[in-house]
Amino acid sequence: MHELGSGDRFVALLFFAVLAVSPPLLSIFSAPELVLGIPVLYLYLFGAWAALIALLARISRRIERGERGPD
Amino acid sequence: MPATSLVIAVAFGYLCLLFAIAYWADKRSDAGRSVVSSPYVYALSIAVYCTAWTFYGSVGQAAIGGIDFLPIYIGPTLVAILWWHLTRKILRISKTDRITSIADFVASRYGKSQLLGGFITIAAVIVVTPYIALQLKGVSASFNLLLAAPAFHDGNFVQPSAFRDTALWVAVLMAVFSMLYGTRHIDATERHEGMVAAIAFESLVKLLAFLTVGVFVTFVVFGGVGDLFAQAAERPDIAPLFTTVGTRGYGGWVTLVLLSMAAVLFLPRQFQVIVVENVDERHLAKAAWLFPLYLFAINLFVLPIAIAGRLLFTPDAVEADAFMLAIPLAADAGVIAVVAFIGGLSAATGMVIVETIALSTMVCNELVMPILLRLAWLRLAERGDLTRLLIAIRRGSIVMLMSLGYLYFYFIGGSYALVSIGLLSFAAVAQFAPAIVGGIYWKGGTRSGALAGLAGGFLVWLYTLLLPSLARSGWLPIEFVDEGPWGIALLKPYALFGLAGLDNLSHALFWSMVANIGLYLGVSLVTRQSAIERIQATRFVEVFQHAQAGSRAQLWPGSASYHDLYELVARFIGKRRAEQSFAAYAASRNLALGKLSHADADLMHYTERLLAGAIGAASARVMVASVVKGKNVGIDEVLQILDEASQVIEYSRQLEQKSRELEAASSELRAANIRLREIDRLKDEFITTVTHELRTPLTSIRSFSEILFDNPGLSVERRREFLDIIIKESERLTRLINQVLDLARIEAGRFDWQMEAVDLPALAREAVLATSQLFKDREVALELDLPRELPPVHADRDQLMQVVINLLSNASKFSPRGTGRVTVRMIAVPGGVETRVSDNGPGIARENQAFVFEKFRQVSDAVSGKPQGSGLGLAICRRIVEHFGGRIWVESELGKGAVFAFFVPFAEAPAPAVATV
Repeated sequence: MHELGSGDRFVALLFFAVLAVSPPLLSIFSAPELVLGIPVLYLYLFGAWAALIALLARISRRIERGERGPD
Repeated sequence: MPATSLVIAVAFGYLCLLFAIAYWADKRSDAGRSVVSSPYVYALSIAVYCTAWTFYGSVGQAAIGGIDFLPIYIGPTLVAILWWHLTRKILRISKTDRITSIADFVASRYGKSQLLGGFITIAAVIVVTPYIALQLKGVSASFNLLLAAPAFHDGNFVQPSAFRDTALWVAVLMAVFSMLYGTRHIDATERHEGMVAAIAFESLVKLLAFLTVGVFVTFVVFGGVGDLFAQAAERPDIAPLFTTVGTRGYGGWVTLVLLSMAAVLFLPRQFQVIVVENVDERHLAKAAWLFPLYLFAINLFVLPIAIAGRLLFTPDAVEADAFMLAIPLAADAGVIAVVAFIGGLSAATGMVIVETIALSTMVCNELVMPILLRLAWLRLAERGDLTRLLIAIRRGSIVMLMSLGYLYFYFIGGSYALVSIGLLSFAAVAQFAPAIVGGIYWKGGTRSGALAGLAGGFLVWLYTLLLPSLARSGWLPIEFVDEGPWGIALLKPYALFGLAGLDNLSHALFWSMVANIGLYLGVSLVTRQSAIERIQATRFVEVFQHAQAGSRAQLWPGSASYHDLYELVARFIGKRRAEQSFAAYAASRNLALGKLSHADADLMHYTERLLAGAIGAASARVMVASVVKGKNVGIDEVLQILDEASQVIEYSRQLEQKSRELEAASSELRAANIRLREIDRLKDEFITTVTHELRTPLTSIRSFSEILFDNPGLSVERRREFLDIIIKESERLTRLINQVLDLARIEAGRFDWQMEAVDLPALAREAVLATSQLFKDREVALELDLPRELPPVHADRDQLMQVVINLLSNASKFSPRGTGRVTVRMIAVPGGVETRVSDNGPGIARENQAFVFEKFRQVSDAVSGKPQGSGLGLAICRRIVEHFGGRIWVESELGKGAVFAFFVPFAEAPAPAVATV
């Protein structure tokens, strides 16, 4: 019906975000190893978090540039 | 080691700076140059989410549970993804309805329910009090730690006596700030720009302070992140922190994410800064990622500091919550310690200030004002300026909240870790979520459902979290937790209905949500919404469809006077602001303010929204209703309705009357028609009769004339006889024609009446004389019985003569030959003279008496059966007598003769005009 709007992007992002912080994925990274001198679980969590925020910023900026939400 | 006086000076100086910033921002705001209208300030103000709990507690929690502290910040990030949908919807609804608090929001959604607003307010006060206590504890603990540094250095940390006094001073200072900047004026928008500016500044300070401490600990005390984690990895007691998700396990992780998702939106202070203090909806888009970024930044060094603390101190020497200060102090970096202290102070003060302001608005609008307005004896609704009262109530609420927080801290707070207190509050705030989220996406949620859900959820929360926490603090017997109340194991608060294996928080969240959502849905499905609930539900759920306000106009039937509304608003927000608001209203609709004498539903809705900003939706509705109902408007409206009803009644009555008139007219028409047809028939009959009557004498004239013409030899006697008949018949013909002409003239009103005073007895004698020959011929005796003196009557002499002669000749005709006897008698009766002509003829049957005066109505001779006379004489008599104002009638019985009588009024008494037919 319409081009992929911010709504769809937000939903997709939410899906990945929930997945990223879900216990199954955490348990995979819950290993007593250091990567780049940082515990792998910490690195993964902060990395994933940063990535989420970056994606969120990207989508939000589209809105700021003028795309309107449901109105 | 910083000196006591220096610490106090810095802390005091910092608070003064806050006052200055708030003052400056308020001044700028008044001047119309807002400093808070920026997405960056907005995002920073939302970071009031990070309290002393974040500042000190995160490190403390990380030191025990590794990444256990993180879900509290990941949850808000997830919510931020929903920001543009969920939060913007809440924001739009709140802007449209001028929502002032989370309690107001819920109350508005469910039909402006004062009960619901009050319930949420009380719940929020119960929930937030420990949270405020937590901030006081954080500040006073950090302050005392800073001052107790020497004792700490020697390895035995002593708690000085000033510990609790510090908290009191902090509480007092924060209360003063809240009162100054949270209740500076009562505004229709309920925004506090000064406060927002100060909060944004505080967020900046606490972030910088945290980063400073983090960098110092990681890169100065230790040789960088790698060095820190490498050392920790060597320690068997610290290394497990790298792999654990906390003491609660994965279930606890999920629970914390969920709780924080609810908390970041529905904590009273979060709702205040995100929704109420929002300047521009578009700021949401930038804040949606700036705020998570802020959370990310402030949490970046939590783990390094926590690990560093674990490396530096033995587990019992220093509380983990104090690492932020203890590490710089241990490293002899007094400045860094003071920076940390300021950071913690800013986190705590920011939270307390916003929370107390948000709660004071709720307490004032949802609890105190509705009660005061209901107390009829206060006559509050009629009092003048209420702005001072409102401000006083709010300031009182702030003092009360701070006192509650301090008392909680004083009696209970010492025994619990910061995080536990905070999580207790989070679990309670999550109870708001079903009613709010359900309320804006599902129209079916009812007031009863929301109340039942909230009450159920809170009761379970109370039972599974608050009561056990009190028991563990020693305020309740601990058996209550261990064995269940009265030893009933199924009711153990930490293992309700045998649900074991979950951490306390997940357990409580599960059961409270089962109760909350279950009751909300269940009760909503079985109860009905009132009209206002239905309208509000639609407005909330379809807020983007109804983009413009005013669709609720139909909620205010009737109208109020503009003056009443203005007075009402002025009492709550002050005259000046009321004037400005109404002027803005008028301008937005291109109306002249002076012409707004009578307020329409739109203006009433606008007023309600203005008031809602000051006193909440539920109270605003009551206040506007008091104006609409209490004054002339109600009467007007009722009168109008009555008027309309009576108009309808009047109209139907007119209709009825019209139809009745129509009916009467039609029956008249019908009667007229019948009469016309009768007249038509009579006319035909008349013509037939007249021609018949004319033809009879003509026939005899013609026959005798023909005989005379055809027989010239007739004897003279025969000839005379025949000629005599011809003459008589000619006379009869002439008379008949004259009578017809007379009658026609009288009926047409063209008869030339010669009215005069007539001496009736004289006239009678004359008539008798004129007809004496007739009586002789018929051998009928005639008697006269006339009084000597009679006043004259008013009549036409010749016509009256004709009447008398007519009656006499009739009498002679119908009287038996030889024995006939006719009497003429005159009697003076009141008003006139009655003349009676009686005979001893066959008489007239009663059923025929009415007809004898009609044209051509001849009564057949009882003896011969043959009619006599023209049938016009009596008809003419009646017309004549009636013209004189008299009347004529007959008195008779079959076989006993007849009396024809007529009455003619005296000449003096003016005769009543009786129309002739």
